[in-house]
Amino acid sequence: MSELVKRTHWIVRLTHWVNVIAVVIMAGSGMRIFNAHPSFARPGETFPLNPWEGRPIPDWLTFGGWLAGARHWHFAMMWILVANGLLYLGFIYLHGEWRDLVPRRGDARDIVEMIKFYLFVRRDHPHQGKHNALQKSAYFAMPILGIILVLSGLAIWKPVTLGFITALFVNYKWARFVHFSAMALLLLVALAHVFMVFAVDPYALRSMVTGWYNRARSPEARNARPFYHLFGPGKSRGPKAEAPKP
Amino acid sequence: MTLDRRRFITISAASFSSALLAACNNANPKSAAKLLAFAESKNEGLERSIFRHDRINSVPASAKLAGKDFPKYYVSKTMPVWDPAVRGVWRLEVSGAVRTPLSLTLDDLMRLPHITQTVDHFCVEGWNARAAWTGVRMSDIARIAGLTPDAHYVDFQSFDDGYHESWDMDSVMHPQTLIAYGMDGRLLGPEHGAPARLHSPIKLGYKSTKYLTKIVFMPQKNGGYWTDQGYEWYGGT
Repeated sequence: MSELVKRTHWIVRLTHWVNVIAVVIMAGSGMRIFNAHPSFARPGETFPLNPWEGRPIPDWLTFGGWLAGARHWHFAMMWILVANGLLYLGFIYLHGEWRDLVPRRGDARDIVEMIKFYLFVRRDHPHQGKHNALQKSAYFAMPILGIILVLSGLAIWKPVTLGFITALFVNYKWARFVHFSAMALLLLVALAHVFMVFAVDPYALRSMVTGWYNRARSPEARNARPFYHLFGPGKSRGPKAEAPKP
Repeated sequence: MTLDRRRFITISAASFSSALLAACNNANPKSAAKLLAFAESKNEGLERSIFRHDRINSVPASAKLAGKDFPKYYVSKTMPVWDPAVRGVWRLEVSGAVRTPLSLTLDDLMRLPHITQTVDHFCVEGWNARAAWTGVRMSDIARIAGLTPDAHYVDFQSFDDGYHESWDMDSVMHPQTLIAYGMDGRLLGPEHGAPARLHSPIKLGYKSTKYLTKIVFMPQKNGGYWTDQGYEWYGGT
């Protein structure tokens, strides 16, 4: 019942776990910095787009202890994040793995089918490649959000010397809002990702650590919804296209 | 086999969450402090290398000024006000690595060539506020005092309970770095650093000493009020 394949290259595994550490520290220290002035409005102005204007992030979610400490962490860890991100993007470009992530025609329909499956509207797991359509869009969104975060970060770090980057986001105030919003979105996608790994495909953890993945236990083979058919192979559902053996 | 796999998943989950918990510990250990200081010095080198005098801050003509909402701030217990009856006439002393030390009264300062610029004020906390500042360019003061070759840094000192911050010469000579005595068309008020303060959009607010008394050109850095407490010394924008 085992169909082991080497699925995840060591560069992808390494950059994935370095990224976990970098993103956690960047987000934690970023929220600590944000708490020094938890508003987007300039003094004397209002900012209707943020319903929680003036409300700080809970301390336990922040990292760095105080404003200066968090800034030191943020401005040190940003280099790890960027170097790691460039290594990952460079690798998936040269190695061709970007093809597993870029959106293509039919993805919207496949996303609808995945949602129907998760909502029990559709009985069988839609056929998929390496990732299902929802997963693929999440993994594509993450580096895009990362690029927006780095650019808006440069825009608020150096609003004069790199003022031409700040101008991409209109001005400093909006760059700060984009930086915060992209962080919040990235954390939401990452949380959904972690939830789905444990709820739908815990076997993917093995491939993100050792590289090996058992195709016989893929969500498609198990017909797995969140917390559903988590253990053991799924029932046979008649003939289906077999993935090629390695 | 199934057991092994389950155990593997459990162990992975456990080690992952304990790593997260360790990362959430807010204390900065000594080894981390060293790494952070190394990163800060590398960042300063990079920031100084990309710094340009022709990169200036501009605010749209239609922009709303912060006016009375411009945050007021000082480190003394009460607002520092220069009282001539107690301290004598206020003077701005320019000294150190200069050929001609200066001692300027407010009238002397206002007789020097001046400009008015509407620019951002970037606070380390994250907000920015707009105001129209009137004052003398630091580059003009440096030219009048005549720098000696060992003038690489400048310490800006105040009568606000010892508050001071030192700057690199390149930032001092930026055309938007002013010794400001006017704000929004009026003389600077005591809540914003009267009689004169340093102001520039190219540094974070804490680098711009208010309630100025001394400008000292130096061969080396001289820290600063917030810098000595752990904020970045460069603090450039």
